[in-house]
Amino acid sequence: MFYREAGDFKTSYREDSQTFPIKFDRLRFYAVLAVAYGVIPLLINDYWASAVFVPFLIYSIAAIGLNILVGYAGQVSLGTGGFMAVGAYACYKLMTAFPEVSIFIHVLIAGGITAAVGVLFGLPSLRIKGFYLAVATLAAQFFLVWLFNKVPWFYNYSASGQINAPERSIFGVIVTGAQTSAMAKYMFCLIMLTIVAVIARNLTRGTVGRKWMAIRDMDIAAEIIGVNPLTTKITAFAVSSFFIGIAGALFFSVYLGAAEVGEAFGIQKSFLILFMVIIGGLGSIFGSFAGAAFLVLLPVLLKNLLVGTLGWPTDLAAHIELMIVGALIVIFLIAEPHGLAQLWRVAKEKLRLWPFPH
Amino acid sequence: MKTTFTALVAAAITAAAPAMADLVVPNLSYRTGPFAAGGIPYADGFNDYFTLLNERDGGIGGEKIQVPECETAYNTEKGVECYESTKGMGALVYNPLSTGITYQLIPKVTADGITLYTPGYGRTSAANGKIFEWVFNYPANYWDGASVAIKYLLSQNGDDLKGKKIALLYHNSAYGKEPIRTLEELSKKHGFTLSTLPIDSPGQEQKSQWLQVRREKPDYVLFWGWGVMNQVAIQEAANIKFPMENFVGIWWSGSENDVKPAGAGANGYKAITFNGVGMDYPIYADLKTYVYDAGKASGAGDQEGSVIYSRGMYAAVVIAEAIRKAQELAGHSAVNAAEVRAGFEALEITDARMAELGLAGFGQAFAATCADHGGPGGAMIQQWDAAAGKWMLTTDFIAPDDEVLGPLVAEDSAAYAKENNIAERCN
Repeated sequence: MFYREAGDFKTSYREDSQTFPIKFDRLRFYAVLAVAYGVIPLLINDYWASAVFVPFLIYSIAAIGLNILVGYAGQVSLGTGGFMAVGAYACYKLMTAFPEVSIFIHVLIAGGITAAVGVLFGLPSLRIKGFYLAVATLAAQFFLVWLFNKVPWFYNYSASGQINAPERSIFGVIVTGAQTSAMAKYMFCLIMLTIVAVIARNLTRGTVGRKWMAIRDMDIAAEIIGVNPLTTKITAFAVSSFFIGIAGALFFSVYLGAAEVGEAFGIQKSFLILFMVIIGGLGSIFGSFAGAAFLVLLPVLLKNLLVGTLGWPTDLAAHIELMIVGALIVIFLIAEPHGLAQLWRVAKEKLRLWPFPH
Repeated sequence: MKTTFTALVAAAITAAAPAMADLVVPNLSYRTGPFAAGGIPYADGFNDYFTLLNERDGGIGGEKIQVPECETAYNTEKGVECYESTKGMGALVYNPLSTGITYQLIPKVTADGITLYTPGYGRTSAANGKIFEWVFNYPANYWDGASVAIKYLLSQNGDDLKGKKIALLYHNSAYGKEPIRTLEELSKKHGFTLSTLPIDSPGQEQKSQWLQVRREKPDYVLFWGWGVMNQVAIQEAANIKFPMENFVGIWWSGSENDVKPAGAGANGYKAITFNGVGMDYPIYADLKTYVYDAGKASGAGDQEGSVIYSRGMYAAVVIAEAIRKAQELAGHSAVNAAEVRAGFEALEITDARMAELGLAGFGQAFAATCADHGGPGGAMIQQWDAAAGKWMLTTDFIAPDDEVLGPLVAEDSAAYAKENNIAERCN
């Protein structure tokens, strides 16, 4: 009834090819932005920021990054944790070496450095595919973690091998370090996420994204129609690693404040983000958000429900929580193999005909 | 339907922060994951002592103590969440039992004004109260432990370690890396060669490290392990027939859970400890009456008297004493976090006080000052007797080498102060 193209006349090419062609979608999008920028910052406190919103925003950036590589370009990667570590350590080195430069610039440069490293580890993708590529990226994961543990220069020769985020500010607002307000943390991550999501969405709708998808769907056919596999795969690795590097830099500097590479950026982080992408939906920006929300919020929710509301012992709750999340993943993937994004797509299709489906 | 669900979700997420009037001492514990073998007894000991105070004395100074527990699984992200979710309850002091989480919480507690108490773990240079206002790590820290271990080895070798080879086998994390700097300094001073063998977390796979031990044939192996890696290391040492009496663990690598799986092979394994072991202390009579027999024991109630349980209890004893001191200083019983910090700083535990608490000889006497948050740092050596199934204390408290540690603490804390623009206090 209200969710349809009819009656929404487009008078220019620009309007015709906008991201949200349906008016209701556009309004919903602006409403979400308005709430995210206008309402949540006023209500947020330390707990909501540190336990819910900041991890959700950062994981969303990482999931978008990985989704570009796995979902759009079809290159399986298990090196996400390692690439996040590159972003985190690059950010740390930059923050401590150039304290007068804005942290915003540092985060972007950290993303750039990660992109370079990603391209380097993406080179094997020209020769190997599928599971073999997964193993090659797994090697990147282990190599990078080992490197940051082994070479003391990366952690400025600190006694414990920990990196600690010093206090840095943007336009006088402190965004890293212990004095950061919940609102500043949230807003910094939200702005980053918005930039990343808009870039990703538009890249995937344009030439670059179509080349990625052509390579994903059938690389030989793509090559025949004139898609260069070298530049296509390398750009996919570069863009993906850029976003993942930004996520890693934020994860360390804004969210954790102190990190230890093996614990914060280990193989389990790679799997976690891969699960987000798979559960959310491969090849969907919305899916990245949905997957991150599912895997970040659900454990917190279950923990508060089981321990806080029902008063269960913490160990029992922790075990049950793992079982529930695991079972839900299995059930979801059986019921909808294409992830949460597909559910959303189906819902939208139904909504178009609602309430007169015949 | 959708709105009721959303409301339910919102209610469930916010339900974690009810307002309470009692003294709140959150217990960030871990009863799951690869480090649960150490986390469970510690959390039980910690909880049981506060239960005892509540049941026997009606709390501290008439104020009941609440110990909300939060599961961290030794994971820094969950640690942050636990900290944020419990600090709103009016938390007075944190004791996360994880060096990684400690590193994260040091700046946070400093900003929020809550005490962080990290006995025998955490950031060693926090012993310098001039820089670390809100962090306390008495009675002993890792550098003390490393120094005590070397001093013990010196006493075994007629005060001479020249030309000896000592290997450090450690958990490849902030925790395991802590002692390296001290051991390097000590190796210069005493002329032994140090080799470091990292083991990646969680440490179930150590074949290659033990192969290296076989190849290098060190005279002694020092061990900084935790959780499941302890049992694996001791089993591996037994497998290669490494002489157990030359294998010395830090206090976190010397519990019953660590040695029992290796059976008779673990006989003679040594570990450092800064508290007494066993159940020969009068406090256990009270614990039995008021806690165990009343069915109020924490967890499964099967950890009483184990090494790590005793240490968890010791941490609770010190926190309780600090709160008592804070009440005395403040002149009222409902103390806040800032008053508790003052209590920690003015805390003095004498041998007589320990005896009063039913723990004579259990821990060293110490007195904190504004500058000294680290305590004397003495520790004993305990040795496992597999036949009796008991840890035996083989030495008295050995004092660490402050001549080496003092400058190291000053240097590391100065680096932290410079990084974070902290001015020295207590001058």
